[in-house]
Amino acid sequence: MTSTPTPPVGGLPAKAPGKTVDRSRESSAARVRKRLSTTAASVVAVVIATVWTLPTAGLLISSFRPEEEIKNTGWWTFFTDPQITLRNYGDVLFGTASQGQLASYFVNSFVITVPSTVFVVVLAALAAYALAWVDFPGRDWVFLGVFALQIVPLQMSLVPLLSFFSEGVTVAGVQLMPAWDLQGALAFTNVWVAHTIFGLPLGIFLLHNFVSQLPRSLFEAARVDGAGHGVLFRRVVVPLVVPALVSLAIFQFLWVWNDLLVALIFAGGGVETAPLTVRLAELAGTRGEEWQRLTAGAFVSIIVPLLVFFSLQRYFVRGLLAGSVKG
Amino acid sequence: MGFSILDELPKLVWLLIGVAAFLAAIGCLLFFVDRGPRTKYEWWQASLFLAPALILLLLGLVYPAVRTTFLSFSDSRGENWVGLQNYTWMFTQPLILTVLRNTLLWVVFAPALATATGLMYAILVDRRRFESLAKSLIFMPMAISFVGASIIWKFVYAYSPAGDDQIGVLNQVVVWFGGEPQLWLLNPPLNTLLLIVVLIWVQAGFAMVVLSASIKAIPDEIIEAARIDGTNAWQQFRHITLPSVWPTLTVVLITISVQTLKVFDIVRTMTGGQYETSVIANEMYAQAFRYGELGQGSALAVFLFVLVIPLVIVQMRTNRRQREQR
Amino acid sequence: MPKSPHPRATVAASLSLVFLTGGCAYLEGGGSQSADPDSPECEAFSQWQGNEGTVSVYASIRDEEAERMERSWQQFADCTGIDIQYEGSGEFEAQVQVKVDGGNAPDIALFPQPGLLARFIDAGDAVPAPDSVRTLAEEGWSEDWLNYATVDGELYGTPLGANFKSFVWYSPTYFSENGHEVPQTWDEMIALSDAIAADGVKPWCAGIESGDATGWPATDWIENVILREQGPDVYDQWVGHEIPFNDPQITEAFDRADEILRNEDYVNGGHGNVQTIGTTSFQDAGMPILDDECGMYLMGSFYAAQWPEGTTVGEDGDVFAFNLPPVDPEEGTPVMGGGEFVGAFADRPEVVAVREYLATAEYANSRAAEGAWFSAHQGLDLDGLEAPTDRLGAEILRDPETVFRFDGSDLMPAAVGAGTFWRGMTNWINGEETDVTLDYIEDSWPS
Repeated sequence: MTSTPTPPVGGLPAKAPGKTVDRSRESSAARVRKRLSTTAASVVAVVIATVWTLPTAGLLISSFRPEEEIKNTGWWTFFTDPQITLRNYGDVLFGTASQGQLASYFVNSFVITVPSTVFVVVLAALAAYALAWVDFPGRDWVFLGVFALQIVPLQMSLVPLLSFFSEGVTVAGVQLMPAWDLQGALAFTNVWVAHTIFGLPLGIFLLHNFVSQLPRSLFEAARVDGAGHGVLFRRVVVPLVVPALVSLAIFQFLWVWNDLLVALIFAGGGVETAPLTVRLAELAGTRGEEWQRLTAGAFVSIIVPLLVFFSLQRYFVRGLLAGSVKG
Repeated sequence: MGFSILDELPKLVWLLIGVAAFLAAIGCLLFFVDRGPRTKYEWWQASLFLAPALILLLLGLVYPAVRTTFLSFSDSRGENWVGLQNYTWMFTQPLILTVLRNTLLWVVFAPALATATGLMYAILVDRRRFESLAKSLIFMPMAISFVGASIIWKFVYAYSPAGDDQIGVLNQVVVWFGGEPQLWLLNPPLNTLLLIVVLIWVQAGFAMVVLSASIKAIPDEIIEAARIDGTNAWQQFRHITLPSVWPTLTVVLITISVQTLKVFDIVRTMTGGQYETSVIANEMYAQAFRYGELGQGSALAVFLFVLVIPLVIVQMRTNRRQREQR
Repeated sequence: MPKSPHPRATVAASLSLVFLTGGCAYLEGGGSQSADPDSPECEAFSQWQGNEGTVSVYASIRDEEAERMERSWQQFADCTGIDIQYEGSGEFEAQVQVKVDGGNAPDIALFPQPGLLARFIDAGDAVPAPDSVRTLAEEGWSEDWLNYATVDGELYGTPLGANFKSFVWYSPTYFSENGHEVPQTWDEMIALSDAIAADGVKPWCAGIESGDATGWPATDWIENVILREQGPDVYDQWVGHEIPFNDPQITEAFDRADEILRNEDYVNGGHGNVQTIGTTSFQDAGMPILDDECGMYLMGSFYAAQWPEGTTVGEDGDVFAFNLPPVDPEEGTPVMGGGEFVGAFADRPEVVAVREYLATAEYANSRAAEGAWFSAHQGLDLDGLEAPTDRLGAEILRDPETVFRFDGSDLMPAAVGAGTFWRGMTNWINGEETDVTLDYIEDSWPS
C-alpha cells in the first residue's frame, strides 16, 4: 500500500495510429479463446454467487420446517421430503403472552432508525464539506482525528454517555447541560443521540471521500459570484452528492436497524421503546436457544433492510459511482 | 394488551417533532453561516459547519477515549493508580496472547480476502446480463445483522456424528466426498479462520458494490484501446483496472480493516470466545463489564487504539496525494 | 435533507414549539391502572398500600419465565398502585454494571450470582435490607442461604427462586426394563454405568455449549464432585481461594470426574465422542435419554422445562431425576444449587414495599402457582408445585438436615467463575491435561 500507483495505460505498448480493427476479422482461435475465458468467468461468478446465497437460502428453508425436522435433518432434505409449517413465524410474530406486540416493536425500530439516519447524514455532510473545502488551519488534523475515532469501541463509550444523560455534563463544577430524565416516547431522544454519535466518524470519512473529489472549478465559479459557503453547500454540493448521501443513509439505516447493544442500554427492554432486535433476542429464552424461533426471527428482522436496499439500490450504485468518478 | 395505534401515536409524533426541530436548527445554521463577521470569515464558517458534529464527538467518543486511557492505568474499580500493571498483565497472560494472535489473523485475512473477492466478482459480472441480480445476491448479507449472520453460519458448520443425518452443509459436503464429519469450531487456529469467513461473507458485498462503481468509471476509450492492442484479460486487469480503482480500493480496505478490528458479535455468537477464538473487542468487553476488571479491559481498548495508527498513516498519505492532484 | 430552509423552518419551529409546550405530558405517557384498593382481594396487600410509585426491576429472566414472573406480582401491583416495570436482558451481568456506573441503576436487580451482588456491595452501590425485610428473610430462609447475601453482618439481598443442581436425569422406563436401579453410592453408580455400557448403550450424555456462557455445565460437574468427595469445608476453602485452585484435593476430584466425562466408553450418548460434549448445547444434551441412547445426564432442576411436550416427568414416567449419590455414604450427601437474590439500588418506600413483598411466603406461593418454579422459602406450599422434580428439589433444599452449598462458580470472582473456569473446562473436555487446566485457572485468579 506504500507504492504510488502507476498511471493508467502507462505500461501499455503505444497504439498504432489510424489502424482500426474489425471485430469480424478476428481469428477464430481468438474467438474460441474469448468464449472459453467468458465461460470460465461465468462459472467462477456462479460459484461465488452460490456460495454466498446458499447459507441464507438454507436458513430461509429451515424457517418453514417443523422444529423436529430442523433439529434432526439437513434443510436440503426438504426437497425430497417437503414439510411446511408456519408455526415458527406464528411463535415469533404472536409469541405467547405478547400477542400483537411485535407490531409495537416494529414501530419502535422505525422511530429509532429514521432520525438516527437523518441526523448522521446531515451532520456528516456539513462536517465533510467543511473538512474538504473550507480553508482553516489544522483541518487535516481534525479530519485524521475524526477518522481515528472510528476505532473507539462503543462499549467504552456506554458508561460516560449514560452518565451524561442521567447526571448532565459538568466541567469544573459548572453545570453545562442538565440531566435528561426522559419518560415515555421522549426516551427515544437518548437513543437518537447515541446512534448519531457512533455513526458520525464513518459517515464523515465516507462523505469526505465523495465531497473532496468534486472538481475545484465548480466552487471557483460560484465564489466569483460572491456566494458564501452556506449557499455553496445548499445549491452546489448537496444536489451533486445526493446519491452519496443516499448510500450513506442506507449503511446507517442497516447499522441502526440491526443494532442490539446501543438499544439495550439507551432504550431499555420494554415494549414502549425497545426495538425489534431486543425482542428477538428475548425470544431465544432465558436458558438458551430455540433454533426454530431464531430462524424465523432472523427473517422477520431482515425483511425491512432488504426492502430498503432493493428499493434504493439504483441510487445506491449511482451514489458510489459519483463518488469515484475521479477514481 | 393488543396493538393499538393510539398507543403508538406519541412515538410517531415525537419522531416528527424530533426530525423537524433538527432540520429547522440546521436551516438556521446555514442561514447564519453566510452572515458571520467579515474578519476571520473562514473560521466562523468552518466552526459553524463542524460544531454540531464535533461537540457530539467530543462528548460521545473523545472524552470516553481519554477516560479509557486513564482507566487503563488504574485498578479494577478504576480508583487507584497501578502504573503499567495492566499492560504487563496483558502481555504475559497466555490467554491474552492468544487473543492478540487471533486479532492479527483477523486483520491479515479478513480485509484482504473480502476486498479481493468483491473486486473479482465485480470484474466478472461487469456488463453481463443479470448484473444487477448477481450483485444483489452478494450484497444481501450486508442487510443481515452480525448476529443473524452468525446464526446462519452456525448452521453451516453444524455437526452430527458420522452415520447420522448431517444438519450442516459443510459436513454434508465432506460426507458426500467420503470424508468424516468434523467439529469445525473446535480446533484452533482453523476455527478462527472459519469465523473470518463469516466476516468476509458479510463485507464482500460492500467491497463489490463500491469497486464495481469505480470500475464503471474507467473511461471506455482506455478499455477499447487496450482491446485493440490485443492485451489479454490479466494484462488488462494489471495495467488498467487495478491502477484505476486503486484509490477506491484503499478506502474499501481501510473501512473493512476498522470493522475487522472491532469485530465482536460474530465471535460472541458463534463460539463465545471459547476454543481460543476470542479477539480483543470480546475480551475487552468481558474484562471490563462481565468480570468487573475495568483497568484490564481499558488496557485492551487502548491497545485497539494503537492498532489503528498504521491505518491513520495510510489515510494521511492518501489525503496529501489527493490534495496535490486537485 | 436540508433544502431551502426559510419557510419550512419557520413552520417546523413554531409547530414543534406548540407541541413542546402542550404535548409533553402526552408524550411521556400515562400511569398504570389499578384495582380498587378496598376490594376483598386487595386486603392481603393493605400493609403496602399508600406507597404509589414506579419501581424498575432488572434481571436476566426472559420470555416465558419473565411473563410468569410478571403475572405473579400483578395483583400486588394492582392493589398497591406500585407500577413494577420489569426488564429482562440476556446481557444482564455486563449491563447492570454499565447501568450502575452510568448513574442509571435499576431500583431492584435480581442477581443469579451472589458474587456479582458482592461486587456492588463492596463498591457501596447496593442498599442494605431494612429491618422489615430482614425479619421476613430470617423467617423464610435458612442461614446457609442468607449468608450468601450478607457482608459484615449486614444483609443486602433476599433469595428468590432456587434451583437444584445435583440432579441426575434418567429414564425410569429404561431402568426398569433393563433391571437397573437408582444407585445409592458413587461406586454403585460406576457399576451401573458399566452395566449400561455392556448393553451397548453409552451410560452418560453431556453438553456444555451455551453461547457465550459455554462451559458452565462442566463446572457443575466438578463442583458436585468436590462437594461429595472432599466435603463442604474443602469446597468453601476452594471457592474462597483459601486453597489454590490447583490443590491436590481438587486434582483428585477432577480425576474422578475424568473417569466419567472423558471416558470414551461412557460418553457421549446419542451425540458421538467425548469432544462432542463441547459442541452439544446443554438443552439438547439430555434428549437421547428419551430414545434410550443415553443412560444418565447431570443437569439442574430447570431442565424439567426442556423436555418436549407430551413427556411425563415422574417416578414412573418417561424421565425423572435422582440426587447425585455420595462417594462415602457415612459423610452424607451435600447438595448444590443456585438461585437469584433480590438486591436494591434505591430505598424509596415503594422499593422497600416490593422488597418486602418478594420476601414473603405469599409471593413464593403466587409465583409457584404460575408453574416451573420453586424456592427454598420455608413457607412455600410444596403441593402447589407442578413438576415432581421441583417438589423433590424443594423438599431436599428445605430439609434442615441438608448441607447446602451455592454453585461455586457464581461465588468466585467473575473473571474466574464466569471466565477462565468455563474456558478451562471447555479446553479440558477438548483434551487438555488436568494439570495444565488447573494451573491455567489458578494463574488467572485476580490478585
